[in-house]
Amino acid sequence: MVWVSAVVQGILLGGLYALFATGLSLAFGVLRFVNLAHGDLAILAAYLTLSTSSTLEVSAWVSMVLVVAVMAAVGYIAQRGIFNFTIGPDPLPAILVTFGIGVVIQNALLNHYTATDKRIKIGSIVTKSIKVTDRLSVGWFPLLTLVVAVVILGGLQLFISRTRTGRAFRATSDDPKTAQLMGINDRHLYAVAMAIAFGTVGLAGVFLGARTTFAPSSGPNELLFGFEAVVIGGLGSIWGTLVGGVVLGVAQTVGNQWSIGFDLLAGHLVFLTVLAFRPNGIFGTGVRT
Amino acid sequence: MSDFLSVDGLEAGYGDFQALFGVSLTVTEGETEAIIGANGAGKSTLLRAIAGQVTVTGGSIRFDGDDLVGVPPHIRVVKGIALVPEGRRVFPSLTVEENLLIGAYRSRPGAWTVSKVVELFPLLGRLLRRSAAKLSGGEQQALAIGRALMANPRLLLLDEVSLGLAPVIVKQLYEALPGILATGITLLLVEQDITRALSVADRVTCLLEGRVSLCGRPDELAQDDITVAYFGLPVSE
Repeated sequence: MVWVSAVVQGILLGGLYALFATGLSLAFGVLRFVNLAHGDLAILAAYLTLSTSSTLEVSAWVSMVLVVAVMAAVGYIAQRGIFNFTIGPDPLPAILVTFGIGVVIQNALLNHYTATDKRIKIGSIVTKSIKVTDRLSVGWFPLLTLVVAVVILGGLQLFISRTRTGRAFRATSDDPKTAQLMGINDRHLYAVAMAIAFGTVGLAGVFLGARTTFAPSSGPNELLFGFEAVVIGGLGSIWGTLVGGVVLGVAQTVGNQWSIGFDLLAGHLVFLTVLAFRPNGIFGTGVRT
Repeated sequence: MSDFLSVDGLEAGYGDFQALFGVSLTVTEGETEAIIGANGAGKSTLLRAIAGQVTVTGGSIRFDGDDLVGVPPHIRVVKGIALVPEGRRVFPSLTVEENLLIGAYRSRPGAWTVSKVVELFPLLGRLLRRSAAKLSGGEQQALAIGRALMANPRLLLLDEVSLGLAPVIVKQLYEALPGILATGITLLLVEQDITRALSVADRVTCLLEGRVSLCGRPDELAQDDITVAYFGLPVSE
């Protein structure tokens, strides 16, 4: 039963990883853009939620909505103002620029909030759980996280496959030069994709900060999990990201059940195994060049 | 009266490589103009410059009175210019129908719809749900033309429609041109096949090493002059 419990908790944890990795997956899928500041952006959103709650004296849920909106706007502006200048056949400029932005965010957070661990208080939902059997219970908050991840990823999948803008995303991802000939303003489109990426990572940051404590330096660790989820699932595949997050989550909780403290290593080993035997990921179709 | 499209003293190229040296040409609304010339003469570059895909370093491109230099490609689509690019460039991860719909992304008001395109190219009708990557070359070319038409352009630029296609397919594609012209679209096409270009065009411009070497109406041009303009060599006695 403890193993069943470990798997269930792993699936729920995977929801958080998937939610976090959504923006990475989208940015890579549409823009072929690797954002090394992604983890720091999540932590930034968590801190912003704390500040918004204390300044405006509103609940964390209200702050979350505001922070996600602000993050999305920042994403649009960052793409038009900075990232668009780094896009090209060479991926290195984007990696260097976002690495630098990550360092700036970490140090700015350290300066303003100090290195003390913080946690977002989001109400009694964090401690409540559903008792399935005597030895298996499911926390409401992890369950909510997973549901939110499924809704966000499912919504994004529908958006990309069914809408006019989603079609433009796919066309631009295929061939940006020809997409321009269709009347698509690729710079605006990239910024819309980045707004969605920033918005979802902001949301993930709030869920992350309510689940465990965080500090200004927590971002890169989360980034690693996010990349692992995206690569396991398959680069650029939306549903793959969900599956990748769940696989990583289960690997970690089952590893921890096997031997306490083995969780991170187990996650990395599963990631490396997928990379060795299925380098395009579970749902990956390979990266077009 | 201002010309529909007038290119004047155009200099353009890719990075340090200059491909066009002072090219001038005018296109009258409702006519079909063909650009001929050998490989590397700058034909495709000229079309791309009109569509906004290459850097213009000198001269002007005026369309319906507006100067186009510096206008990004996606705005030129709204103004009524559509390019069918060399190599067809259909979107492989989209279906045939989605390729057509993306052509209408910033569509101007006009007659072209998915069903009108299928009427023009009946072979696309049964392929609408198929991935564009799985089409044959001729099917992809028909799709690329249909996709450009979906924007309801006033000026359609066709780049080497016949490239790499079997003659019977090329014949079918050219048979669709009258159906396109009937909707009032002006055509500017690049064609390596001189005979075909002379048979469809109201006016022909020949490029040689990035310069205009000859232009005129097909019935005014002598075969020998075309040969010289095309290859750059005098005809041997």
